[in-house]
Amino acid sequence: MPYEAVIGLEVHVQVKTRSKMFTRVAAGYGESPNTLTDPVVLALPGALPVMNKTALDRIVKVGLMLGCEIAPVCKWDRKNYFYPDSPKNYQISQYDQPICQGGTVEIELPGPSRNIMGEHLRIPLTRIHLEEDVGKLNHAGRESLIDFNRAGTPLMEIVSEAALRSAEEAFAYLTALRTVMVYGGISDCDMEKGQLRCDANVSIRPAGATELGTKVELKNLNSISFVRDGIAHEIKRQIAVVESGGTIVQETRDYDGQTGTSQSLRSKEMAHDYRYFPDPDLMPVKVDEEWKARIRAGCPELPFDKQRRFFAEYQLPYTITAVLTPDRDLCDYFEEAAKSSGQPQAAGNWIANDLLRELAAGKVALADCKMRPAHIAGLVRLVEAGVISNNIAKEVFVELFQTGEMPEAMVGRKGLKQSTDVGELDQWCGAAIAANPKSVTDFKAGKENAINAMKGFVMKQSKGKANPRLVDEILRAKLRAPSAGRMQ
Amino acid sequence: MSSDLIFKSAAELAALLETGQVSSVELTQAFIDRRRAVDDRVKAFNSFDETDALAQARASDARRAGGEMRGALEGIPVGLKDVIAVAGQPLTCSSRMLANFVSPYDATVAARLKSAGAILWGRLNMDEFAMGSSTENSAFQTTSNPWDLERVPGGSSGGPAAALAAGEVPLALGSDTGGSIRQPASFCGVVGFKPTYGLVSRYGLVAFASSLDQIGPFARTVEDAALLLGAIGGHDPLDSTSYPAAIPDYRAEIKKHRGPWKLGVPKEYFGPGLNAEVAGAVRAAIEFYQGAGCEIREVSLPVAAEYAIATYYIIATAEASSNLARYDGVRYGHRSKEGSDAIDLYFKSRAEGFGPEVKRRIILGTYVLSSGYYDAFYLRAQKVRTLIRQDFLNAYREVDALLAPVAPTAAFKKGEKSSDPLAMYLSDIYTISLNLAGLPGISIPCGFTREGLPIGLQIIGQPFQEAGLLAIARAYEQAHGWNGMNPKL
Amino acid sequence: MASPSDIDIDYVANLARIALTDTEKEIFSRQLGDVLRYIEKLSAVDVSHVEPTAHAFPISNVWAEDTPQPGLPVEAALRNAPAQRDDMIVVPVVVE
Ligand SMILES: [Mg+2]
Ligand SMILES: [Zn+2]
Repeated sequence: MPYEAVIGLEVHVQVKTRSKMFTRVAAGYGESPNTLTDPVVLALPGALPVMNKTALDRIVKVGLMLGCEIAPVCKWDRKNYFYPDSPKNYQISQYDQPICQGGTVEIELPGPSRNIMGEHLRIPLTRIHLEEDVGKLNHAGRESLIDFNRAGTPLMEIVSEAALRSAEEAFAYLTALRTVMVYGGISDCDMEKGQLRCDANVSIRPAGATELGTKVELKNLNSISFVRDGIAHEIKRQIAVVESGGTIVQETRDYDGQTGTSQSLRSKEMAHDYRYFPDPDLMPVKVDEEWKARIRAGCPELPFDKQRRFFAEYQLPYTITAVLTPDRDLCDYFEEAAKSSGQPQAAGNWIANDLLRELAAGKVALADCKMRPAHIAGLVRLVEAGVISNNIAKEVFVELFQTGEMPEAMVGRKGLKQSTDVGELDQWCGAAIAANPKSVTDFKAGKENAINAMKGFVMKQSKGKANPRLVDEILRAKLRAPSAGRMQ
Repeated sequence: MSSDLIFKSAAELAALLETGQVSSVELTQAFIDRRRAVDDRVKAFNSFDETDALAQARASDARRAGGEMRGALEGIPVGLKDVIAVAGQPLTCSSRMLANFVSPYDATVAARLKSAGAILWGRLNMDEFAMGSSTENSAFQTTSNPWDLERVPGGSSGGPAAALAAGEVPLALGSDTGGSIRQPASFCGVVGFKPTYGLVSRYGLVAFASSLDQIGPFARTVEDAALLLGAIGGHDPLDSTSYPAAIPDYRAEIKKHRGPWKLGVPKEYFGPGLNAEVAGAVRAAIEFYQGAGCEIREVSLPVAAEYAIATYYIIATAEASSNLARYDGVRYGHRSKEGSDAIDLYFKSRAEGFGPEVKRRIILGTYVLSSGYYDAFYLRAQKVRTLIRQDFLNAYREVDALLAPVAPTAAFKKGEKSSDPLAMYLSDIYTISLNLAGLPGISIPCGFTREGLPIGLQIIGQPFQEAGLLAIARAYEQAHGWNGMNPKL
Repeated sequence: MASPSDIDIDYVANLARIALTDTEKEIFSRQLGDVLRYIEKLSAVDVSHVEPTAHAFPISNVWAEDTPQPGLPVEAALRNAPAQRDDMIVVPVVVE
């Protein structure tokens, strides 16, 4: 029997702020243990929370970017549970009045090949709310050591509807969500630093059925590919259980990405009783139209909207846009190069191929790169105007990338300008014909390709500076002349 | 010299300091000596640091000599209920749980006292985590009422009230969640003032019930209470529930309000539960106001009178169950030696660290919030709270303030009610509704029982109108000599 | 409103993470039963058209700018810790 999977994702994203969610001690990663604490973080007796304005701005921004409904009034609730990483033994969160409801995340599924765009879907969201992160437990045998540096970091919880149907869709959803978060400056979403964490609810049902199966919660899927692999593994596991006559038990499972296996964390799911109630230490948040308008003015174009515009405005091929659009800065870089060169496709090619290759090879961030859009534009213009050949441009690219010298300056300094001196070209072409009698014969016999050997000879003689278009013209003229072969 | 000083008002002490008739060191030493002389009987102090107090006093004297006085409390000792954080001082909440806890930070009120020049003198006893009405729930000691050592000082701020009555401090800060300043003030014959919710920052006040807790002054006179409130009150960005408005100079302001006022008497507050002697003293005070030209009107607080206690015990215990979850033996506080794993450690540390009343309230609060009960208990209580507040706002359409008893009786004997929690809870009947409505209320001495126990008059004011309320209280105080009387110890 | 007999002291004590002795359970059940019976009087109040009050004087949008302030030095943060090692707080592991 064919089965379909029903998947909902619960994603936690650390919001990029300078201070914590409910107190002003610095937020940060990689500091030495317990150096980012204060009375509020440690839940010392008497400490009280105060909201971080920037964290609120950021979630309003996410809500607007994803088309959520922003609640005009929302409040804070306490989620009560005991755990050593939770200093107050309650988490300040939002229960029945989340700040964002609804909205969608646009995703792209893999296409039939790398060069062809895949299908787009809009995955509906249930809600997004703000809360606070917990500290970190470091296990050491029979003991745990607690570092509270992370505790109190603003955390956004993004809950999707159970609208995903495959591991691939889940992967695409997380990829798209992460891109939106980075675009909006909400979070860097570095999964290695725990800035994006994902839990998945997975169930299966016979294809076409409408009833939901028993769901299993997968925890600690700590990289995007582990999310895909873990869900794929879980779907397979559930199908195997059902097909062998078993039943799925509601449980929480931990997926180990290294071994590709999962194990039950809690076989007997003890119902949590979080005793939610409004946090009496905090006042409600009211988001009015003015606030939304201010945030909306700072919302960036969404990645897929940008991609569609790049198709329409610059006629870029899919492959180039697929490389550019996930990176907002790279897109800005491209647009600057495209506009100042007047050659968007050429600029796009240089950026998507050569620039990214060099950035990766040198492990250089785009922001630190000495080659700016003006360099790309200069290079494009030089090639377009025939001042240098494409080959020369390719050869000098690495040096331009490394030194940041302007292309025009380098071409001048190195004398790389293409030769258009007809006398000089004529000499080189004559020499080429003389040195390649077999090619001459073949060409004259109708083998069009035979001219390439002569062209190559000219390029070699000229150290690449010969203008290929002129060389072609001169060679053909000489080869057409009846005396051409006998002149020497 | 020192016996002259210990029962003077803070305003008088400030004048003596100003004219150089006494130094802060001499003053502080007088209170140190007094504590040494009487506290083995009163047991108001959980801890104290004489050396530190004298060092603060020397620094104050130096500032004065250098013409760099800080503020209105320069050189004057202030005792703090052991629930308010002072950097470097113990903060026990009279709980075994925090027996060894030393605060690394200052409560906002502590910082403000320091910047007003006050000497922070002593950590004063209380019911454990401010849960109680007699100070018998302290894990360390039971404070005695200085007027009768066999009796309780009231609670939960029994330590501040008793220390003030016994002349061990000239001013003190307490906290009031359901009457915990006003009731002990009435039992000990001193002035106790709970300001409007939000007027005084709660940052650094160990939370019992966050939406009800409020810090307030204990003083010998209404004017002193105004002085102390002026030093600690006003907006604090560290407390999200702090009211964002500037406060007036209460000490100057109270002299401008002269009446006559329209005063209400809640008819439900004079029912059969009220002790006759207490009723007599309060009625005499009402007559005083009438004689002074005030219009007295009977008002009704039907919901407040009938439902405040039930409402309170849902909201307060629910909030407390969550507020006290942080005492788990992990980051600070009592840790059981028996915990086999982290979860087991919680169970045992909390069992060992908390006393019975705290456990009882945590259990009740946990129950009312547990799955399936939220709407029936907490949400319903929050709605009744709205009606209680409306009761008061309705009354304030007709009158400026309300006159009422503070407690149904004068100070009761130690042990008298400690085995019956409900009876103890019911004794908060006249004070608790103010916390639910967020209103300011003051207890001032208004007489004595035949047995020589102080009786308090409660005056209930309008939100953020503390100057008017204090002025009404001061009018009575100036016409009577009650606060000139002190217990013999 | 729930009946007072509903109080399951074991369940609630487990949620509250307090180990109670049998004697305590017996005493608390009885005392809390009394209190709950008293509290039950609230069910007589008609609250059908009443908004809840969380704070007597509600204000909204109380926040601070995202400007870091100094926190506690690590020694101060850990001074009250019952057990610590390598600047971290030590607890027995969680066994679920
Ligand atoms: Mg914890
Ligand atoms: Zn969450």
